[in-house]
Amino acid sequence: MLLRHTQKASETIERKALTVNPAKTCQPVGAMYAALGVHGCLPHSHGSQGCCSYHRSALTRHYKEPVMASTSSFTEGSSVFGGQANLLQALTNIYAIYEPEIVAVHSTCLSETIGDDLGQICSKAVADGKVPEGKHIVYAPTPSYVGSHVTGYANMLKAFVEKFPIKTDEKKRQINLLSGWVEPSDMRELKRIMAMMDVKSVLLPDTSDVLDAPMTGEFQMYPNGGTTIPEMVSMGDSMATVAAGWFATRDAAIALENQCKVKFTQTDIPVGLKATDRFIQAVAKEARVSVPESINVERGRLVDALTDMQQYFYGKKVAIYGDPDNIIPLTEFLIDLGMIPTAVVSGTPGKEFMKRMDALLGDIPEARYLNGAQADMFLMHGWIKENPVDLIIGNTYGKYIARDENIPFLRYGFPILDRIGHSYFPTVGYMGTLNLVTKILDKLMDKIDETALEEKFELVM
Amino acid sequence: MDILKERKNQVATAASGSPLNLDCGKKSTAGAVSQRACVFCGSRVVLYPITDALHLIHGPVGCAAYTWDIRGSLSSGSEMYRLSFTTDLSENEVVFGGEKKLYKSLIELIDKHQPKAAFVYSTCIVGVIGDDVEAVCRRVSKEKGIDVLPVQSEGFNGTKKDGYKVACEALDKLVGTDNEAQLPDYSINILGDFNLAGELWMLTEYYKKMGVNINATITGDGRVDDIRKAHKASLNVVQCSGAMMHLAKLMKDKYDVPFMKVSYFGIEDMSDALYDVAHFFKSEELFKKAQLLVKEELGTLIPALAKYREALQGKKAAIYVGGAFKAISLVKALRLIGVQTAVVGSQTGNKEDYEVLKELCDEGTIIVDDSNPNELSQFVIQTNSDIFIGGVKERPIAYKLGLGFCDHNHERKEALAGYEGMLNFAKEIYATAMSPVWQFTRHHKMRSSVALDQTPVDSLPNSKE
Repeated sequence: MLLRHTQKASETIERKALTVNPAKTCQPVGAMYAALGVHGCLPHSHGSQGCCSYHRSALTRHYKEPVMASTSSFTEGSSVFGGQANLLQALTNIYAIYEPEIVAVHSTCLSETIGDDLGQICSKAVADGKVPEGKHIVYAPTPSYVGSHVTGYANMLKAFVEKFPIKTDEKKRQINLLSGWVEPSDMRELKRIMAMMDVKSVLLPDTSDVLDAPMTGEFQMYPNGGTTIPEMVSMGDSMATVAAGWFATRDAAIALENQCKVKFTQTDIPVGLKATDRFIQAVAKEARVSVPESINVERGRLVDALTDMQQYFYGKKVAIYGDPDNIIPLTEFLIDLGMIPTAVVSGTPGKEFMKRMDALLGDIPEARYLNGAQADMFLMHGWIKENPVDLIIGNTYGKYIARDENIPFLRYGFPILDRIGHSYFPTVGYMGTLNLVTKILDKLMDKIDETALEEKFELVM
Repeated sequence: MDILKERKNQVATAASGSPLNLDCGKKSTAGAVSQRACVFCGSRVVLYPITDALHLIHGPVGCAAYTWDIRGSLSSGSEMYRLSFTTDLSENEVVFGGEKKLYKSLIELIDKHQPKAAFVYSTCIVGVIGDDVEAVCRRVSKEKGIDVLPVQSEGFNGTKKDGYKVACEALDKLVGTDNEAQLPDYSINILGDFNLAGELWMLTEYYKKMGVNINATITGDGRVDDIRKAHKASLNVVQCSGAMMHLAKLMKDKYDVPFMKVSYFGIEDMSDALYDVAHFFKSEELFKKAQLLVKEELGTLIPALAKYREALQGKKAAIYVGGAFKAISLVKALRLIGVQTAVVGSQTGNKEDYEVLKELCDEGTIIVDDSNPNELSQFVIQTNSDIFIGGVKERPIAYKLGLGFCDHNHERKEALAGYEGMLNFAKEIYATAMSPVWQFTRHHKMRSSVALDQTPVDSLPNSKE
């Protein structure tokens, strides 16, 4: 038992300070992921070398792809005198050798605490001619001691939106799609849905064809995918913005509205039936199109699968952990399937989470849920010990609990370090939800097969 | 190809005559996509395998999240070291100081887990906000009656290598705290093996067969109580010179425990590691037993390797690992199975190691310090390498280029040390070089000259069975 120390939550020493087995990580990795969804962009970590190395390793382990990012390589000197010299030298080297279109600088706990002002340093870089003609620099403060990796993603997304979109007099017949933290497969699926609806859209960020790039026999520093600069510029003239995922996209959507007067509709990431309904409706409304029959048919296939298999979901208890934008709609969907989310945890702080969860789970007496610093895997495990569940859904770190408690475990979220598939098969939209449903069923039914008594072992299920 | 101007002296080609003079041990150039990590990373990976100690990371959440159970160091007992404990510093503590939170966290943890000792790692920010970690550790140590050791591993304070040194200094405080212990004759400590995939267990088995007593293993499958009495051993056998050399030197100065440098990779180096210990103890009996052991092991290993050697003849490998000392063993081990090293580099090698590499490698081999993906991919293409040996960040690059890959870092799945490990290594190199999947990659098609044997590894008889 790897987690033999965990007791029932009610029997555990009350913690005031400590975080055990966190259900989150720090801001910069989110900034790095978001920046990789922009074409020709090199993420740059303004801090010690280790930060950059850890974030690249984390992303590489999850996506099984090379992840390129540079670092200011702080030394003791920089921590005393500030990191300006490092960043300026870094920019000279980066543009000379790696030739990116954009350098996306994010800060770290170190550079934030010593008081480096990224805005001022980046302005100086431009003034000193460190940024070649036609090349760009964007920056986002991402102190690791505030929020979580999701906050870092949101901050970098906002930085892009503040930098590139320009409002001209010419309104474009297109919408902006700001995506929360989802997989490259999901980004690809969002674009497929837009095409089906005949809606021209700019998806930001877009990690498809970046972190699910094909094998070509060549190493490409900047893969073919990613939102391009002209696309981002054009976002200022779009009809509207649909922002999917409150935590990751809201700030960017507001910034774009303030800057270019492009109104936005906030939706959830379209995971599950209702969330996809709301998303499709928002897109249809903002793009002023009607929902095509082909989309309705996909929805129908999903509903068909749900009704066919409802008996296997009903009353099953489930523990969910991960990032709020993903697990809010997921929780909603699992309730709609008849499942009971008894433990829901997110390390990402923010009042919106509890507000949404109160609305979803307030009427379910068994449900326990929390977000923020002490909402960690240790807490969730304690809850599971008190009220055992039939399924755990979350990132790879749940495998210890699943093994110790012998509970079926579905990998979902970030990071997934020990399986593939997430970057290839989506979980958004009706078809993505159907994929998710299939995976949930596989887990539940494999368990039935494994544990069924001989006389009850069934061929047809 | 383009190499950053500042890096020109960190790349060289092996040639006879003139010394290499590689400009290593340098801080990375700002802006480089370096494969290196930081001081904290160095300390954390070194101390992490001490299984019955508490490891608390004092800083924002990231540093703990990224080092949660990432190293495949196995334990024969406690699994506590695999949990992730952090003070998860937030804005409030960054402004007002994190000492209170650290104190509370330590008390909560020690009350719950009753560990033998605790290590408290300082991250970048702790160095800047000025928390007196030492004072907190002293206080908790007094209140709880266990050693609470500060590890001053602020990330910016040097390279990963400096982190090893910091870890050694923390260990040094633990060594010598048990003076009661009496050790049998021929007692050694094994330093610098981290028991990846259970390698340490194989090594200790060899030494035990020779009649050598293993006292402390630092840090693989490590135990606090063993480390306390480590100074009582007659000899420190140090592997992976980068990580644990400093502790060996400290113990030499303080307790007059001599040390020797060894490597457990490949036949020659592994055998030397056994013979050298026997020589040290000037014991004919140990030496004879070592000879017998080596003879036995080689008796099964050499015939087993022959098939791989034949199949792999003419293949070229690129090596990029943490320390150059390991790279030296790898070059030798590869040669043993017919593979030529075309590129070899490390994150933190030192001058002497690079000179050894130069002597060892064939003329024309590219030798590089603190490289990056761009350079590495260029070198691989330029030399037409078939196999890459590296760690997590190199793996996807190798695969994208259509090369076989062997993880010789934390994520190795098979023990690669010792005699058994040599056979595993050969199998792994063979399996990845011969996998039929490369037929679908463009890179492979370009190499019409190399005829690939596609016998799956399982169909080869294994003489050990």
